Amino acid sequence: MSVKPESLNRLYQLKSRLQARHKLTACIRDFFSARDFLEVDTPVRIAAPALEDHIDAEPSGTMFLRTSPELHMKRLLAAGYPRLFQLGPCFRAGEKGRRHLSEFTMLEWYRAHEDYQSILRDTVDLVKRAAHALCGSHALSCRSVTINVAQEWEALTVDQAFERYAGSSVDAAVAENRFEEILVDSVEPHLGRTRPTVLFDFPSQLGSLARTKPDNHRRVERWELYIAGVELANAYNELTDAGEQEHRFIESAALRRRTGRGVYPLDNEYMACLRGGHLPECSGIALGVDRLLMILTDAESIADVVPFTEA
Amino acid sequence: MYQASDLRKGLKIEIDNEPYVITDFDFCKPGKGQALYRCKLKNMVTGTTMDKTFRSVDKIDKPDLEQRDMIYSYKEATHYVFMDAETYEQVLVPANVLGDTQHFLKPDAECAILFYRDKPIDVDLPVFVEFKIAKTEPGVRGDTATNVTKPAQLENGYELQVPIFLNEGDRIKVDTRTGEYSERVSKA
Repeated sequence: MSVKPESLNRLYQLKSRLQARHKLTACIRDFFSARDFLEVDTPVRIAAPALEDHIDAEPSGTMFLRTSPELHMKRLLAAGYPRLFQLGPCFRAGEKGRRHLSEFTMLEWYRAHEDYQSILRDTVDLVKRAAHALCGSHALSCRSVTINVAQEWEALTVDQAFERYAGSSVDAAVAENRFEEILVDSVEPHLGRTRPTVLFDFPSQLGSLARTKPDNHRRVERWELYIAGVELANAYNELTDAGEQEHRFIESAALRRRTGRGVYPLDNEYMACLRGGHLPECSGIALGVDRLLMILTDAESIADVVPFTEA
Repeated sequence: MYQASDLRKGLKIEIDNEPYVITDFDFCKPGKGQALYRCKLKNMVTGTTMDKTFRSVDKIDKPDLEQRDMIYSYKEATHYVFMDAETYEQVLVPANVLGDTQHFLKPDAECAILFYRDKPIDVDLPVFVEFKIAKTEPGVRGDTATNVTKPAQLENGYELQVPIFLNEGDRIKVDTRTGEYSERVSKA
């Protein structure tokens, strides 16, 4: 037998991380089954990815690889299923970095007739349970800090966080096209340092498929979870207004066309659900499973928690 | 022009008429927001470093860089003269471009010279160059440990640390990347 190549040695060195991944996915499935959620598998290759300003789909033949299972899962909600979850691969073109892979594992779950506070309660319980299953404790050692996920989670609005950590206003940052830069450089590093932080009320420019706040049209009902400065999950009260959704898709298509990026066909089946008033008031969340695993196993890079990444 | 998505560690780019090499790179993208391409850059002429973040819509200039193999001929006041072995064209490289590596230049050494807009900005020497030890204390017989060192001066006046078993007149290889002793080639 010849000497084992480095690539095979690396795979075997990942053993404890792969075992942790197995524990995590088992824990997720137990958690949702116990809460009477239905696990579903929706297509990975789809005709019409949701049109979003800054998310690019990878073409696959004449179709696309899904950037998220969101629209299909909401069609199931519209059909009458009240609680759904899905664990599976999603793809985003051109995303590769210490916290990004162009193919990654997403966990999404949805609740009909409930808002994103219910989703937040699910998230708190799930993260506590996962921490206990993988680390044997609610206190995580990650990036040289200790984070207690059983402590009451910190809730901050994006406006409060910008003022506190960057001394700047969110609206000014958006107007100067510096929102992302300030968020990443000045705000994120402070989030979730001793306990998880939930950031609420994002500017409507980053609203995507979230409902606008009734008392402030410049903010949407969307929150993000941060642990150890790492963005882990994005939740919102789903936009159910067909006119508003169509308007946002068209705006997004126009922006994509202007900036020379691909424009995807409108998902007519989804739009029909909205127009017919079939999508109930609902809320949902997308959680990056690889990133949660990074936090739970104190991995420096997302590439350290998956066995194979493309070159 | 490069697109932001072309950026990666090691890529050479141009900003405000200066060439830079990307020494560290990370892609980052807050949820639903624009992608940020965060770079640590090193100015290829001055060596100064800076951080710069690009966005997907940014276009980045390509520097006019060319690398040529040339032979070192001789030193002339504050310049080193190199020659293209095929065209016999001569190029003057200012001493400050070579920096500390000028100690290791020997006539006829084959070097790779990097030009930015036809001006030499960097010289890659052969990795190992042989020198004779001109001065050092007598060697300790029988001690072949390489981790115990003493000062020595080379034939060209350059001083470095060598293992204590070496003697004056020994020929050694020096690693031009670090300026450190590498191995003994022959005994005096």
